Amino acid sequence: MSEVLVVVDHVDGAVKKPTYELLAIAARLGEPSAVFIGPAAQGDAVAEAVKAYGAEKVYVVDDAQIKGYLVAPKAEALEQLVARTSPAAVLIPSSAEGKEVAARLAIKTSSGLITDAIDVQEGPVTTQSVFAGNFTVTAKVTQGTPIITVKPNSAAPVEAAGAGVVEQFDAVISDAAKTAQIVASQPRQSTGRPELTEAAIVVSGGRGTGGNFEPVENFADSMGAAVGASRAAVDSGWKPHTFQVGQTGKTVSPQLYVAAGISGAIQHRAGMQTSKTIIAVNKDEEAPLFELVDFGVVGDLHSVLPAATEQIIARKG
Amino acid sequence: MNIVVCVKYVPDATADRQFESDNTVDRVGVDGLLSELDEYAVEQALQIKEKRDGEEITVTALCVGPEKGVDAVRKALQMGADKGVHVVDDAIAGSDAIATSLVLAKAIEKIGPVDLVVTGMASTDAAMSVVPAMLSERLGLPQVTQASVVETQGNQVRIKRDGDSATEVIGGTMPLVLSVTDQSGEARYPSFKGIMAAKKKPLETLSLSDLGVDAGQVGLAAAWTAVEETAARPPRTAGEIVKDEDGSGATALVEFLASKKFI
Ligand SMILES: Cc1cc2nc3c(=O)[nH]c(=O)nc-3n(C[C@H](O)[C@H](O)[C@H](O)COP(=O)(O)OP(=O)(O)OC[C@H]3O[C@@H](n4cnc5c(N)ncnc54)[C@H](O)[C@@H]3O)c2cc1C
Ligand SMILES: Cc1cc2nc3c(=O)[nH]c(=O)nc-3n(C[C@H](O)[C@H](O)[C@H](O)COP(=O)(O)OP(=O)(O)OC[C@H]3O[C@@H](n4cnc5c(N)ncnc54)[C@H](O)[C@@H]3O)c2cc1C
Repeated sequence: MSEVLVVVDHVDGAVKKPTYELLAIAARLGEPSAVFIGPAAQGDAVAEAVKAYGAEKVYVVDDAQIKGYLVAPKAEALEQLVARTSPAAVLIPSSAEGKEVAARLAIKTSSGLITDAIDVQEGPVTTQSVFAGNFTVTAKVTQGTPIITVKPNSAAPVEAAGAGVVEQFDAVISDAAKTAQIVASQPRQSTGRPELTEAAIVVSGGRGTGGNFEPVENFADSMGAAVGASRAAVDSGWKPHTFQVGQTGKTVSPQLYVAAGISGAIQHRAGMQTSKTIIAVNKDEEAPLFELVDFGVVGDLHSVLPAATEQIIARKG
Repeated sequence: MNIVVCVKYVPDATADRQFESDNTVDRVGVDGLLSELDEYAVEQALQIKEKRDGEEITVTALCVGPEKGVDAVRKALQMGADKGVHVVDDAIAGSDAIATSLVLAKAIEKIGPVDLVVTGMASTDAAMSVVPAMLSERLGLPQVTQASVVETQGNQVRIKRDGDSATEVIGGTMPLVLSVTDQSGEARYPSFKGIMAAKKKPLETLSLSDLGVDAGQVGLAAAWTAVEETAARPPRTAGEIVKDEDGSGATALVEFLASKKFI
């Protein structure tokens, strides 16, 4: 069976959930191999983590010589690994960085590229949700090695004992790849809440909060949810841009999405329309978002959310 | 200094976007326009030119797209770009990102020695966000992408951006490829003067043969990805909507959450 390369999504060696989702997808297509690009010293710990989700091999690409540069060196390393392993596919997380690495790898290996897949089945045949979620398309790569970036929450992680054989892979990185430099980097401060793109429940606030996000946040906390925002809320300076859900913010696809004081512009819907269950709280019964909802409350979020929060806390006892 | 700004012509996102029977995007039956996110790219290109007052700087708007795509180039000229280039050729229809980036790269090379290629963060139709990295790869230039703040000094470019897990400052030396987000600053509206002036600006139309690109390298038949099926999302069945009266809204909401096992 051919290998399927899965690029490990991690922060400082801490493996992120999308990696496990990709390993589950890889197992449908061939033999899952994880590719860890990071400090070699963290390789064994990463291998431990990914082998529990079926990784048969773990390629460790030491990033000592490429850390601090943008995506080009990573694409070069992957190109060399693809040449070595002739994989059935390369699966990469659909983050901004993941998509850029994939873009360069596709050109380097003369391969077709599909981005933002929400499902991948044998073939590989991908499913994408396009035009702000209004169309679902299935597609295939017809040339080269299928290079596919996959959105978070596209598959459930599957625990499976893989061999997890670690192999150091010494990539040769050209100087030409080291031309864009990370001059400074300030890691995002943890909010203590689940990460927006990975959360099972997301509660977002819009202009209707009037800048007071407390009802939104308290309700989110009672549900163990991540907090998001519309662009209007971000542009007003009430939340940083990293909270923005939508076309030019994060795309989320949680089990439950709650929109409070958000009207439902097409650019916002583009980022949340594929959520499994959708709830809106809005004063205006004509708000377009109500067309999408499974459940809606026409009312003031400043009274509805605190009352609901109280009841939820009481129920959870 | 030569700045090329890439402007895509896309179906209006607020219109009823459709696919053709061959699974390509209907780019004729739906009103099109300059991708809104590329207005930010035009804006940044113009701001760079304005801030570097005294230097001779030419901003060229480049579109690869159907006949009507010239509207996207015109809009960029009205905003203040100096020149327009429209690559149009029937053979290009149905191209994937790989082929699109090839044609764009060849056109950029033809436009001449370029110092800066400026793009949007994503198109508003396919929204792949891969063309800037592909251009960087093809042109052998550094990429500084997803900028929310752009600064240039001499041949140095520094940007600030919200990366996937950190806020970053990225630096590179021109020539390079720069992509900008909608956080980079409101795009200007064309003024009446701008609209009149645009009519006199040079606008060049190029075909594949002008670029030395073989028609067999582009278009639907040559695409390295194939869309097999497209399906409109089934309309959502109307959800339950309640009016909040004396706190009844919260109770109904909590009951709904419990019935779906969210609490
Ligand atoms: C190129 C481009 C990209 C964009 N990208 C994004 C994006 O990524 N994400 C995004 O969100 N937007 C995006 N937008 C903006 C988008 O078009 C809308 O302007 C935005 O989503 C509106 O945010 P909102 O719903 O919070 O505000 P509004 O549209 O002003 O809606 C506020 C809503 O709150 C309700 N309300 C007011 N008070 C209360 C109350 N007390 N209780 C309950 N309800 C109340 C109102 O009835 C109204 O429906 C983009 C726009 C462009 C042009
Ligand atoms: C719904 C849909 C799904 C698609 N899926 C795939 C797929 O999975 N794989 C694939 O290879 N192709 C796909 N395509 C085709 C692909 O989108 C086009 O080839 C496109 O021109 C390049 O990708 P993009 O629009 O996503 O560009 P992006 O990478 O999102 O665009 C970034 C920037 O590049 C510039 N740019 C992009 N295209 C042009 C242009 N034609 N002229 C001038 N500047 C431009 C703009 O500045 C833009 O802001 C898809 C198209 C659609 C409509």
